[in-house]
Amino acid sequence: MAENKLKTACKAVVIGGSAGSIEVLLKLLPALSPPLSFALIIVLHRKNSTDSSLVNLLALKTNLPIREVEDKDAAAPGEIYLAPADYHLLIEKEEMFSLDDSEKVNYSRPSLDVTFESAADVYGSSLVGILLSGANADGTAGLNTIKKKGGIIVAQKPETAQSSFMPQQAILYTPIDYVFDVEELTVFVNSLNANA
Amino acid sequence: MIEEDEVDLVLNDLFELYGYDFTNYARASLKRRINRLFLLDKFPSFAEFRYRLKSDADYIKRVIEGLTVTVTEMFRDPLFYKILRAEVIPSLASKPFIRIWHAGCSTGEEVFSMAILLKEAGLLHKSLLYATDLNPEVLEKARKGIFPIVQMKQYSENYIESGGKNDFSAYYTAQYSQAKFVETLAERMIFSTHNLVSDRSFNEFDLILCRNVLIYFDKYLQERVLNLFNESIGTLGYLALGSKETLNFSAIKPNYKQINKEKIWRRIS
Ligand SMILES: C[S@@+](CC[C@H](N)C(=O)[O-])C[C@H]1O[C@@H](n2cnc3c(N)ncnc32)[C@H](O)[C@@H]1O
Repeated sequence: MAENKLKTACKAVVIGGSAGSIEVLLKLLPALSPPLSFALIIVLHRKNSTDSSLVNLLALKTNLPIREVEDKDAAAPGEIYLAPADYHLLIEKEEMFSLDDSEKVNYSRPSLDVTFESAADVYGSSLVGILLSGANADGTAGLNTIKKKGGIIVAQKPETAQSSFMPQQAILYTPIDYVFDVEELTVFVNSLNANA
Repeated sequence: MIEEDEVDLVLNDLFELYGYDFTNYARASLKRRINRLFLLDKFPSFAEFRYRLKSDADYIKRVIEGLTVTVTEMFRDPLFYKILRAEVIPSLASKPFIRIWHAGCSTGEEVFSMAILLKEAGLLHKSLLYATDLNPEVLEKARKGIFPIVQMKQYSENYIESGGKNDFSAYYTAQYSQAKFVETLAERMIFSTHNLVSDRSFNEFDLILCRNVLIYFDKYLQERVLNLFNESIGTLGYLALGSKETLNFSAIKPNYKQINKEKIWRRIS
């Protein structure tokens, strides 16, 4: 019952992560059953600002269409979008992306908080926000906003995260809905897919 | 938190009282900027924020500064400058006169980078660089050609990555915490306010750079501005955008050919 409600409701899933998140995605992406009924938006802190190999690396692990976002691209269901390095990723009411090169937030650009908050504004209760491994406090404020607007928030189980600080912060300071290891997370994301 | 309808009120005030039209800026980003300003300046309520906006004409400076994003650097995206060096500038070399427009030049780092490229190609003396922005404060800084010395290490690396062969530090003199760029670079620059929302085309150019400005506009305003550029680019002239911006959504696209997957397009018809 609850699961069916989730399925029809979910329009976007935003996954945010920092150190140690890429390996989670490398496990998660191949396990997703296409086509997705929602847009999957990935925001990662990255070291190298001109690195476009990340999207190629992730693309190897999925048959779903995946690309690095350019300004005003549509946020369409069934596609995977990766935030480009050095820009904040925001979502407009018309369900398309805007980029913004303003000041770093939590020492980060892209900042997870910025995308979580902006997605919460647009998708409200049809949004799921997931916070993965990381050594930074980014993401927690954003998850709180998602929750306030009726969405669902999830953190990676800190014991399974390469850097536990980030999901730990979320667990401490948000009314987190679920705390999952990578397998549980995969099952959960697939359960959101109305096409599955 | 300032909500959507309150954002509309602010935009209305800015237009009615000060003539700045932000209504077709990308809303998600603009709303964040307004909220940020509201928090930074510690207003107890939206009403007080609005009152300040309406009653204090000096505060408008702060608002423009707060709503626009002026982040920039020299030789930003070095590979972009590499293509400018290798392809664009050589193709302009035979012209008797080269006109370049930096639209949304912010504090001028992009303009000084371009002047260095032209200087190294031996073309600066016959070039004119028009540098415009809606914000008079950033232009005031740009005119001085003084940038923080702490940035020079990064800029020097960018310069080398862009194909620069000289000693980058020869282009400036250090004055305490500042680097003052040599006067000869600035001699061919003209700085002026120009609002892409409301001002017209003012010349014909061989190259227009408008980088990381269109991301702050909605699609409608992007198209209007691209049309303005289209009217202002001469035959076989170039248009350069930011690394995540595109001509793909625009009706002017068929008139242009993209160079090397970089965000540089050449007018072909
Ligand atoms: C992020 S900076 C880009 C600086 C530089 N082009 C670069 O890419 O590094 C954006 C600039 O666009 C200017 N801008 C914003 N709206 C504008 C408008 N309507 N007309 C002219 N300039 C505008 C801002 O004041 C700011 O200086």
